[in-house]
Amino acid sequence: MVGTDLLKVEDLDVSIAGRMILRDVNFRIDHGEFTGLIGSNGAGKTTLLRVILGVQAAARGRVSVHGQTLTRSNSSVGYVPQKVVFEPDLPVRVRDFVALGLDGAKLGFARRSRQNLELVDEMLDAVEAAALANRRIGSLSGGEQQRVLIAHALVRKPELLLLDEPLASLDPGSAQEIIELLHSVVVHQQVAVLMSAHEMNPLLPVMDRVVYVANGGVASGTTDEVVRSDVLSALYGHHVDVLHVHGRVLVVAGESDHAKSMVADHPAVIVE
Amino acid sequence: MHYIFEPGFFANSTVRTALVLGLLVAIVSATIGVFTVVRGQSFAGHALTDVATAGGAGASLAVISPLIGFIGGGVLGAGAMDAIGVQRVKGRDIATGVVLGAATGLSALFLYLVTLQTSTTGSTQTILFGSVFTVSPSTLPDALWLSAVVLGALFVIRRPLMMSSISSELARTRGVRIRLIGLSFMVMLAVAVGLSAIVIGSILSTALLIGPPASALKFSNRFSTAVIFASLLGTLATWLGIILAYDSYYWSASHRGLPVSFFVVAVVVAQFAISSVFAQRRRVRVALSNERHAAPEQVGWI
Amino acid sequence: MFSSFMTNAWISGTVIATLVGVVGFFVVMRASSFAAHAIPNGAFAGAAGANLVGVNPLFGLVVFALGAALGIGYSSRRTRSDVATALALVMMLALGAAFLATSNEYEPAINALLFGEILGVSSSEIVPVLVLALVCALGLGVLYRPLLMSSISSELAVAQGVNVSLIDVAFLVVLALSSALAVPVVGALLTFSLTIGPPAAARLLTSRPHRALACSVVLSLLTLWAAIASSYWSNLPIGFFVGTFSALVYLVARAWDVTRRRRLAHVVA
Repeated sequence: MVGTDLLKVEDLDVSIAGRMILRDVNFRIDHGEFTGLIGSNGAGKTTLLRVILGVQAAARGRVSVHGQTLTRSNSSVGYVPQKVVFEPDLPVRVRDFVALGLDGAKLGFARRSRQNLELVDEMLDAVEAAALANRRIGSLSGGEQQRVLIAHALVRKPELLLLDEPLASLDPGSAQEIIELLHSVVVHQQVAVLMSAHEMNPLLPVMDRVVYVANGGVASGTTDEVVRSDVLSALYGHHVDVLHVHGRVLVVAGESDHAKSMVADHPAVIVE
Repeated sequence: MHYIFEPGFFANSTVRTALVLGLLVAIVSATIGVFTVVRGQSFAGHALTDVATAGGAGASLAVISPLIGFIGGGVLGAGAMDAIGVQRVKGRDIATGVVLGAATGLSALFLYLVTLQTSTTGSTQTILFGSVFTVSPSTLPDALWLSAVVLGALFVIRRPLMMSSISSELARTRGVRIRLIGLSFMVMLAVAVGLSAIVIGSILSTALLIGPPASALKFSNRFSTAVIFASLLGTLATWLGIILAYDSYYWSASHRGLPVSFFVVAVVVAQFAISSVFAQRRRVRVALSNERHAAPEQVGWI
Repeated sequence: MFSSFMTNAWISGTVIATLVGVVGFFVVMRASSFAAHAIPNGAFAGAAGANLVGVNPLFGLVVFALGAALGIGYSSRRTRSDVATALALVMMLALGAAFLATSNEYEPAINALLFGEILGVSSSEIVPVLVLALVCALGLGVLYRPLLMSSISSELAVAQGVNVSLIDVAFLVVLALSSALAVPVVGALLTFSLTIGPPAAARLLTSRPHRALACSVVLSLLTLWAAIASSYWSNLPIGFFVGTFSALVYLVARAWDVTRRRRLAHVVA
């Protein structure tokens, strides 16, 4: 197994209802890497994650984990969907929910072993949600819910964790906490993270690799390799400028002079 | 022609009343039904019919006007559902279920007492299932003004209602009072299904409320077109059903006709099946022609 | 009340309430009340049809309930599930009405089917009822965890490798069987009340899934036992008591939940 990538996506085409969503996608992810899947809304990020997860079929190409073609319900891949709405009255505690991450797909009855119960507690500790263990899952705030969903996905000890826009509905403070949490997961549990986001700036400090989705294709590599005017212009099919302002990155369509004068005129717009 | 319209069809005043009331109910049901289907409140629409029926049974026990019973029962039911929590999507399911369950219990009691009081057979089934042939022509004026009130009120709140039906988030940001609009809609729905339950029975009330609008919405994403389509389909189903039920009396030697509800439902379901098939084909065609152009992420309403 | 001719009523009532308590727990979790309302009406049409052609009513109940359930399951993939359920429901009721119109069924028999009859299960039917209930229980036992997972969130269940559409259909089949068993005793219209009231109450009383399930069964048993006893003493139809007691159980649980929340809010404040 030495030398094989954790995840390898080769020559992937994906179409839904006769419409081509992604074309000729190639990238790879190594063990214990933090990868950002960046692109605007509707670029096809969710579709790509669903293909990697094995719940959406590809028209062409191959997705492999450890060099083996991925099958559905591969326990080495964990998944946190974009938004889950839990009924407030659901009689399920956070603890029960995380435990279901372990055995929710298994048939029949069984008492959970002490070992598994300890694993659940360990995961809740890891996402700093131990205090929430006995709350109903429907009663959590957005940030709390995101932590619990991550614990639910991590409890099976996957090697790759996919997250679909985990920051989308969070306030900046909670978003920062989730990013730090995921970073520590990468560092301490040696789990590779692939998370989608439409804004790359919050991820810049922790990201090892970028997979940039636009115009039905992707560009991947380290941040410096991908987030460049020439690479992104080729991807978009028209001229794109990449500006660096106060340590942040801004991707602007159009001619560079115009964009630069915009920055000069409205610095506040750029900084957020 | 005689093979379709058996002798005496148009001369029969029962049939004439049935045709007129059928038209009225088909239009009201279709109009409010389009909103009901878009809002995903079919279950509430059906449940209110059964709640109204409980009111109707209570009224016949207390010897008050059945109209008051049906409509009053429906409106009370709508209020109860709102109080328990119709706002949340899943909570709505439970709220509707609890109210429906309690109302059916009352129905059981009332109908049992009705059968003790009256010696005529079939009263339970008439109240439960209804029959457009048993409606007296004197219902017509009441049905007319109630329909006018429902349609008028619906017309007044149509814009905020449409907006909150498409996206409650969007409507809230535009200053629509979602809760108020939702409750007003439930009350209108209660009046409309109460009316159709008394005129054509509870089975057909639900059939006409959901069937024609669901068929129409397979073809049109616009509220106005869907309402017109649904009204036409509903009227067609009702009239065809009445004709066939009248004819079925002559089919067998024993002269035991089949109920109107059976035929109307058959037509409604057939309409839905046909429109599903056509809509499927159309979608495939649209998808193929869209292959080269990027289609929008989501097809919106209106 | 416990005389020999009532033995069947108590046995069948206990079996039905236990089964409905478990099935109802999942109905409420999955928000599929509408299907739970429609399927017993399908069973009603089946019983009416069975009388018409002269076959065993239990056979008609099971076949039509299954037909309604699979019809809902099949068309829900193509169209909105509430629309599919509504159309299946009216189709079944219209069929039932047509069967009744062509048969010579006398009124008390029809009312018994609609509103329940404590002696609805004859001694010759006890064994088939027990067998079918056992099949349902076995099915629910095997599916328990994926069913729970997919009820919480079907998207997460899919990601975990649960075949959610298979689980959906399997659950509808169990719902159909349990409805077919319950309809002769509780009535086509009231089976639904028992399916929703006690489970909806149970989940307000506890936040643990296993306890909520057990609580749902206990409340369902208490409701049906009380209804059988009340119907026996008052001679009023059992359906009335099932409907009223089910709603009452829910309202009491709800009131308890509201006061508990208020008290918690006080403590926090």
